[in-house]
Amino acid sequence: MRAYVPGYQLQTPRSLADALALIGNEPGVWKPFAGGTDLMVLLEAGRLPHRNYLNIWPLSELRGIEVTETHVTLGALTTYTDVQAHEVLRSEFPMLCQAANETGGLAIQNRGTLGGNIVNASPAADSPPALLAYDAEIELVSNRGARWLPYDGFHTGYKQMTMLPDELLSRIRLPRNTASLKHYYRKVGTRKAQAIAKVCIAAIARVENAVMTDVRVALGSVAPIVLRCKQTEDAIRGKALTDDSVNQARETLMREITPIDDVRSTASYRLRVAANLLVHFLLTARS
Amino acid sequence: MTSKTAIEFKVNGESHKLEVFPMARLLDVLREQLHLTGTKEGCGEGECGACTVKLDGQIVNSCLVPVAQVNGSSITTIEGVAQGDQLHAVQQAFIDHGGAQCGICTPGMILAAVDLLERNPEPTEADIRNGLAGNLCRCTGYMKIFESVVRACQNR
Repeated sequence: MRAYVPGYQLQTPRSLADALALIGNEPGVWKPFAGGTDLMVLLEAGRLPHRNYLNIWPLSELRGIEVTETHVTLGALTTYTDVQAHEVLRSEFPMLCQAANETGGLAIQNRGTLGGNIVNASPAADSPPALLAYDAEIELVSNRGARWLPYDGFHTGYKQMTMLPDELLSRIRLPRNTASLKHYYRKVGTRKAQAIAKVCIAAIARVENAVMTDVRVALGSVAPIVLRCKQTEDAIRGKALTDDSVNQARETLMREITPIDDVRSTASYRLRVAANLLVHFLLTARS
Repeated sequence: MTSKTAIEFKVNGESHKLEVFPMARLLDVLREQLHLTGTKEGCGEGECGACTVKLDGQIVNSCLVPVAQVNGSSITTIEGVAQGDQLHAVQQAFIDHGGAQCGICTPGMILAAVDLLERNPEPTEADIRNGLAGNLCRCTGYMKIFESVVRACQNR
């Protein structure tokens, strides 16, 4: 049933400092509200228990994409449309662009943000696997200052994060070390547009003389959090890509992930598809 | 209980000052306060595109936009697509080629198609399919809709 709209506060701060002051003074009372593409769905369904939101959408401090010699840094309010339009992201971080392109339809891509995708903390989100595979770091800001931390490890359990109630996610930083890597992103859903993933994989590889010298693998919708699969990476890193080593990586992945049955798919389907996607990635990297 | 706040925004070129609950859906404000009922509600969860409007030059699902976020913005609804009595090429093509059946998806389809042609005046077939991918037609009249957009491109 639809929520009672007058019961919700959506306050618009004048600046980032204003926003941080408000959540610093009343930690836990105010939650950020960005593009609204997830929160408004919950509102309409009458499943939005928190009542007080901070409208961070107009905060210009949280927008923009900055490129330096070593990093690309994206404001938390970077939309999926912004991602796809950026030349450096298209050439060096194609999996992030593909994830943005496969998130919802265009109207969603114009409103949905990378920061929202992270903080909403859905294990089925499309951009986090790419961010994990690209070794993203995130910046959290509060009245007390700012801190950068690796994105890997930020999610500690289903919808759980190492973010304090007075903090906002402000920026996402990607190291520009993707040259000569092979990038592999696949989202498996009911249909190409709009569908939420049954399984999603983002993986990159460096193959030299048929040996996997560098590999990073991240999956969505196969665990309570979007998962960087380090055991699987360890199983294949430094090895020649033979049928045996590929199969060993496959078996490691099937032990490492813990998919469940839910409204979109089944645990057994997800397990099998995730394994198939890994094998396809490794065979593609070999060829 | 939240009190109403004042917001100002433009719809189809006309300025409006309204008292609104900040979390009210843009869709409801357009339909119930401004009586612009051309914008339809389909799913109410951003899946179907029936409520598509243009917000500051980009298409959005108006069911997913709280009205507090359009303060100072400029919106185009289906009522603002024609120039007076002169229909947009996309609207005319939908009439000429059977692009509308029950009509619920039509305003959103037309806004998505108009937006596509503004960004990309010579779209490929794949571009058209991608541009309309966020809009569902429950009559499943997709081929006629697709053909209407192709013809609109040819007739511009």
